[in-house]
Amino acid sequence: MLDRQASGVGTVMITVRFFASLRERMGQEMRLLPAGPCTVREVWDLATDQAQPPTHLLAAVNLEYADFDAPVADGDEVAFFPPVTGGAA
Amino acid sequence: MIVGLRAAPFAPWSLLAEAEQALSPAERDGCGASSIFVGTMRADSGPAPVLRMHLEHYPGMTERMLARMAAAACSRWPLRQVVLVHRVGWVAPGETLVVAAAWSAHRAEAFAACRYLVESAKHQAPFWKRECRADGTSSWVTANTPAPAE
Repeated sequence: MLDRQASGVGTVMITVRFFASLRERMGQEMRLLPAGPCTVREVWDLATDQAQPPTHLLAAVNLEYADFDAPVADGDEVAFFPPVTGGAA
Repeated sequence: MIVGLRAAPFAPWSLLAEAEQALSPAERDGCGASSIFVGTMRADSGPAPVLRMHLEHYPGMTERMLARMAAAACSRWPLRQVVLVHRVGWVAPGETLVVAAAWSAHRAEAFAACRYLVESAKHQAPFWKRECRADGTSSWVTANTPAPAE
């Protein structure tokens, strides 16, 4: 996978998105990875230079919550974000 | 069913009236109960008053999850009408953050469905709050308040 990242011309990209405090911490909101089929955990490692995932980190693949061992395919969108805090009162 | 996001201030009671007017006379006559939750931004959390708050969401995923929650409520309880609308973007104290409502024949399913909608929107839909205070500081809200006891 790392070889493909280095010579990624022509491969289908995986879109990686970061939200809220995680976006600020990572200093980026989106990046494209020339990665092939892998897992959410491997996407995290590639996108963040293997930074330790924060406690309670959540992930989604193609707009659905996903576990860290969930598969990721070419063209997928993978998102990482902190615990959600919607609603009121 | 009225489900979705609002990027600007909105009037919760107008929205609820709109939902009720969307029912046919026969449907309205069958509704013995409507349960309504309106959540409003407070100014009093934290060491300094909160002047405003930014509600971030995940475009695409957030809308999809709200729609799924409303559909799940309709399949779990015999509801005649459902509202689940959540605010996004910059919000000021006193403005509505979320409206959840359920209409049904009897109160038990209306209460249960309304509670389900509020709690699932709060704990499962991707929203994140950043509070800006009067002393110039701002911070992410890092934890959700737990669901109240039954």
